[in-house]
Amino acid sequence: MKTFEYHKPSSLDDAAKLLAQADAVALAGGMTLLPVMKQRLNSPSVVVDLAALEDLRGIRENESKGVVLGAMTTHAEVAGDALVREKLPALAELAAGIGDAQVRNRGTVGGSLANNDPAADYPAALLALNGSVHTNKREIAADDFFAGLFATALEEGEIIRHLHFPIPEKAGYKKFPQPASLYALVGVFAAKTNGGVRVAVTGAGSEGVFRVPELEEALGKDFSPESVPEKLSDGVEEKLLNDIHGSPQYRAALITALLRSP
Amino acid sequence: MRVQMTVNGKAVSGEVAPETLLAQFLRENLRLTGTHIGCDTSQCGACVVLCGGKSVKSCTMLAAQAEGADITTIEGMESPGGELHPLQEAFRQNHGLQCGFCTPGMVMSAADLLRQNPSPSEEEIRHWLEGNICRCTGYHNIVKAVQAVAAAK
Repeated sequence: MKTFEYHKPSSLDDAAKLLAQADAVALAGGMTLLPVMKQRLNSPSVVVDLAALEDLRGIRENESKGVVLGAMTTHAEVAGDALVREKLPALAELAAGIGDAQVRNRGTVGGSLANNDPAADYPAALLALNGSVHTNKREIAADDFFAGLFATALEEGEIIRHLHFPIPEKAGYKKFPQPASLYALVGVFAAKTNGGVRVAVTGAGSEGVFRVPELEEALGKDFSPESVPEKLSDGVEEKLLNDIHGSPQYRAALITALLRSP
Repeated sequence: MRVQMTVNGKAVSGEVAPETLLAQFLRENLRLTGTHIGCDTSQCGACVVLCGGKSVKSCTMLAAQAEGADITTIEGMESPGGELHPLQEAFRQNHGLQCGFCTPGMVMSAADLLRQNPSPSEEEIRHWLEGNICRCTGYHNIVKAVQAVAAAK
């Protein structure tokens, strides 16, 4: 790892100022950032550790009865939290299935969303649940947040403070993990929200997480595994990744198989 | 930069470069070489230590991130009188190791599991140890060792 300047600011304003410098990165849990720095895929000159920002912590219910997660909430905290388990069991289950125990003890929801790895789990949850990202500058709806592989709507110096998840009527997440990395080869989050059914797929898209209108339509009529079509249209297959772990055809088959499995 | 933390109950400090990993600080500054670096890519779990009681991969954490933290390494598991920790004893009794390289990480990871779940099922143990790789034992005796400690509690 190349050397860098390390800062651990105790206020959000100070953190934003530090991050506005050229070549500065935010450090949350470090489960992605530190490995890519070791590989020199990223060699920032300034690292801003967000661990001292109390504003980025905690899990609570807001006025509209949705669940709010501080950006620095770890996967283990999400998985084990009583409020999340009661209100959003699908999200607790998703968090419990990320990586391994040690990754879940350090990795954070805000870090995962800001990184927008095409095989990460949280992007599917945020998009399917029609959640929103609250930063030090503004609120960004899930539909406007993800901008392709490892890219988001976040600007330089913009820091995620918390994530808001409205409570769906029903929701579920299923993933088929790539056995070595434990990342999603395909992960599907389906939610029946008060704005209709939303289905988001991670792991499979060549541009990262995406919604599948034809599945939303089918599940909108009847939110049950039986109403999932056996095969997706060719239009969906064209958007899927093709790599050593799976062909677009295989990934497309997994999307429907995961939704149809009880 | 200067870092300070508590390691195995003792206050320690040291001068490190910002990019120093916690694993390096433990091994090179403190000479606590029981914490192993296997893959250095957060896959193998040989470097697992407890940070505030929770298991973490010390190769994927900066020493600076452990500022003020309470760290326990494998060297801190035995009793002050030098008696092996029940997990260490169970690994010995159940032949839960061959070359021993992964053992410190296995023991630290298992300690975190038993803290949260004193009587895990075999499946829960296997699932929990997903982040610890052993190239010798095939895991059966490691799982048996953890089960033995759980049963004795």
